[in-house]
This record gives sequence, structure tokens and C-alpha cells, in this order.
Amino acid sequence: MSTRVSTSTRPDQITTTAPRRARRMRGLGPHIPLMLTVIVLLFPFYWTVVMATNASADFYAATPKLVPGPHLLDNIRMVFSSINFFGSMTNTLIVATSVTVLVLFFDSLAAFAFAKFTFPGSRVLFAILLLTFTLPAQLSTVSQFVLMINLGLVGTLQALIIPAAANAFGIFWMRQYISGAVPDELLDAGTIDGCGFFRQYYYVVLPIIRPGLAFLGIFTFVGAWNDYGWPLIVLVNPDRVTLQVALAQLNLAHGTDYSVVMAGALLAIIPLVLVFLVFARQFVADAVKGAVRG
Amino acid sequence: MRGKSLGRTWPLYTAVSPYYLLFAVFGLFPIGFSAYLAFHRWDGLNPVTFAGLDQFRFVWADDTFRLAVVNTLIIWVLSTVPMLLMSLGLASLLNSVRRFKTFYQVVLFLPSVTSIVAIAIFFKAIFDNDYGVLNDTLKGFGIPTVQWFSGYWSIKILISLLLTWQWVGYNAIIYYAGLQAISSDVYEAAKIDGAGPLRTFWSITVPLLRPVILFTVIISTITGMQTFTEPQVLFGANTAGNGNAGGPGQAGLTMVLYFYQQAFVNNNYGYGAALAYAIFAIVAVFAIINWRIVARSDK
Repeated sequence: MSTRVSTSTRPDQITTTAPRRARRMRGLGPHIPLMLTVIVLLFPFYWTVVMATNASADFYAATPKLVPGPHLLDNIRMVFSSINFFGSMTNTLIVATSVTVLVLFFDSLAAFAFAKFTFPGSRVLFAILLLTFTLPAQLSTVSQFVLMINLGLVGTLQALIIPAAANAFGIFWMRQYISGAVPDELLDAGTIDGCGFFRQYYYVVLPIIRPGLAFLGIFTFVGAWNDYGWPLIVLVNPDRVTLQVALAQLNLAHGTDYSVVMAGALLAIIPLVLVFLVFARQFVADAVKGAVRG
Repeated sequence: MRGKSLGRTWPLYTAVSPYYLLFAVFGLFPIGFSAYLAFHRWDGLNPVTFAGLDQFRFVWADDTFRLAVVNTLIIWVLSTVPMLLMSLGLASLLNSVRRFKTFYQVVLFLPSVTSIVAIAIFFKAIFDNDYGVLNDTLKGFGIPTVQWFSGYWSIKILISLLLTWQWVGYNAIIYYAGLQAISSDVYEAAKIDGAGPLRTFWSITVPLLRPVILFTVIISTITGMQTFTEPQVLFGANTAGNGNAGGPGQAGLTMVLYFYQQAFVNNNYGYGAALAYAIFAIVAVFAIINWRIVARSDK
């Protein structure tokens, strides 16, 4: 509105090309810093590919390589010979998949109860849930390790899966989601048809909240895949570890043989980056929505 | 409301119980047991002996822990303050463009879903004193190189850069989400009143985003002060033999890395538990201070 007023008072200026070009340049303006940011954020990924596909010697030379080379397979072979790559990848897959399935089930079930029902103690229980959210992990780490020893779970994948099978963040997030996504009328109709809580969950709620489950699922899977501190502590047998711990071992063993270490890093991030990119559009949209609600 | 009678409430309690059972066993009980351990000496093998307040006195008098606290605070300030300012800038840029929006969002999000171990390895390859691509490039142009992995400040800057690279986009997305909730009428009004882009940013965007800014400041305080993986992967191993991790001069030794060293490398469970409570107290104090600063800067 305001621009139209100003142009109508000085009609002679709008016909010249200079302001129009200036306006187009202004439209381009925000893209320059954004593109620079994109370059900075993507460069390490590009550089990982460059290093993983060249030989380490190429980087010690006076003129180092700046583009991908032909040595990827040699480097990968070295990765396979120095760490149990497939074993640790399998462990990570087992842990991340189990944790994700359990979290989706337990969190959405609890979230449904909190979102659509009031029952004696429900508000206190939810307040406790939010409180537990703020407690830092170190407070329990030492004792949790001792507990795992006594349960005979040290060194096993169950030590990673069981404590992570339900979490406060997921219940909180799903509760917000279910409150908005599941209409009360549909639940009332279900109640009239004689559906109990679990049947309502299975037949009414689950089909509706699929997009929410997809977001929470990716979020949980990524977190479990990348977890490092607790696996490092509890997986005491160096031959039975997760991918992240194995990657750190590779980094230790091959110190400056960068091409091999980078080949390992590349193999470790590719599956996750692919999963993320496939669902990225929806994931980012949900993350933006969730951030506003939270 | 629904679910009044007892016959109808048992499924609800069943539904919410898994989290509380898990938390009782793997959260509440360990936190309590850690409190017990903090007053006792224990290496996991020999009998537990009562130590009273001794271990908290150690925490107070421990020069290495004090070093770790200072390191953590410096790294936290160096990473959080510039990062959140950059995130704000990126978010308003993102809000002002129409094309490539999804592309920018995906790229901004990507570092935060990438494994920290892999990122630490990337950064080592780029910043390495002798073989890093950065120093190679500097050498190529005849510019003096920086010994990133050796200096008191350079180690801290390196870890801060790593944290910034990983989280700047994530925070920008959160700010962007907040910006979306601000009505465009407000900006129209500002434009009519003749406010420039910078003035609009400081007088409208920042105040209206305050709740979101508060959220990111608190999250960054809590996570930033518990930085562990980055220094552990970059420097944890170099001096693992003598149990003093954190790189040359222990310049990268953070509080949680020191806790990990004491509890799980030196098997000093009791002292580790005491350190955990000290860290919790320090983080809580800083979270509250930041909360009050951000919440009170309301005019």
C-alpha cells in the first residue's frame, strides 16, 4: 500500500530501469549470506568425500587434492580390516530400531492418555514428567552403570535399549500433537460403539497420528544412531560396540591416516543422511510446527 | 470428562506406566544412589567406605576441576553468544526470501542430525596442525599457520567452532518458526512508520521472539555446559595414559569430560558421583541466571 502511494506521487522515477534493477538486487540480497552459510555447512561433507576417495599421501603432498579421487575402495577395505564395521553397524541398527519402535509405542500410548483423558493424578504425573526432563544425565550415569553390572547387562545391547524405551520428550511432544490432531467427536463415536481405551488407540488414534509418529520416529532413530557417551561407557567389550564408538576407535587407531578415518566416517553417516534427506521436507515442516507449539 | 469410573481408569494408568517404571528404575533410583555414593569412597571392587563431606571438599579444592569449570564456561560463551546471534540473523534472512526456502531449511538442519563423532573427525581433518586443509591453504598463500590443536585459546575456539557449526542452523530453524508466528501486520506498520530493517529487527523481531530466545538460551546453557563428545573425540585419547584428557595443557578439558575420566577411566565412582552433583549445581545456577537476564531485559 505504502509503496503505491509513493510511486503515484512521483511517476517519473518508476519508468527508469535503475530502481527496478536495484529492487531485483535487493531481492537477491538475503540469498548471498544464506548461500555462504550453505557452503560453510556443506563443506565438511564435501571434504569428507574428497578425503575418503583419495589416499592419505595425497594430502601430505605439496599440492593437496581438492576433488574426489579413485581410492575409495582401498580406504574402505582398510576400514573393514581395522574395525568390525558390519558388526558395529548391525548393533547400531538393532539398538536404533528397537528404541524407535518401543518409544513410538509407549510414548504415543501415554500421550493419548494424557491428551484426551483426565484421571486422578494425571496432572501431577504430567508435572513430574516435565520435571524429569530437566535432570542431567550425569546424575544417574555412575549408578546406572553399577545397576547394569548387577543386572548382568554390562556389555549388552539391552543396556542401551531398555532405559531408552520411553522418554519424557516424546510423550510431551506426542501429547501436543494428539491434542490437536485427534478430534474429540471421533473418540466419542468410538466410545458409543463400545470401544475401550486400547481399541480406540488402535483403531482411531493410530491411523490419524501417523505423520506425528514419522517425525518422532526419525528424531528418535537419529538420536539413538548418534548416541556416543553411554555406549562408550557401558559397552565394555571393545569388539562389541556401536558404530559411533567403533568410529572413535578407528580415529584412535589410524591417527593421521585421514583417508581411512574419513572413509569410515562417510560410511557411518551415509545411511542416516539418506534417511534424513528422504523425509527432510516433512521433517523440517514438523520441526517448525513443533517448535512453535513447544 | 471421560474415564471417571475405576473400571475405565485402569487402562489409562497402564498406558502411562511404562515411562514412570523406567524412570523409577533407571532414573530416580540411580540419582538417589549417586547421592549415597557421593558421600562414600568406592572403586567398584573394594568395600564401600564412608567419606562424609570429603569428596565435596575435593571438588572445592580440585585445581583440575576448577580448570575444567573455567574451560567449560569459556567454550560455552565463545560458542553460544555468536551462534545465537547468527541464528537470529539467518532466521530473519530465511523469513525474507521466497525461493529455495525448503532447501535452506534442510541444509540448516543437516549438521544437527549428523553424528558428533563424525563431525569431530571432519574438524580434525580440516584444522589439524600439520595435515589440515586449512593450514595447507594458509601455507599456500604464505600466511602464517595456526596451531589449532596446541594453544590455550585455539583449542577452545576450535571446540566452539564445532559446536557453532553443528547447532547454528538448528537454532535458526527454531527462531524461524517463532518468526512465522509474528503477524506480518506488525512489520507493515513498522514500514509505514519509516523504520529501517535494523531498527525493525531490534525493536520488533527481538522483543516478540523473547519466549523463543529464552528457550534457546536455556537449552544452549544446559547442553553447552555438558559438552563432552567433541573434546573426548578430539583430545580424550591423546593423554589417556595418564588420565588427564583435554589436549595440550588440558585446554579442552570440560566438566563432563573430567567427570567421565574420574568415574570411568580412574574408576573413582564416589568422586564421580560428587562431581556429577557439583556439575548439576553449576549448570542449574547458570540456567537460572540466564533465565533471569533474558526474562528481565523486558522493558
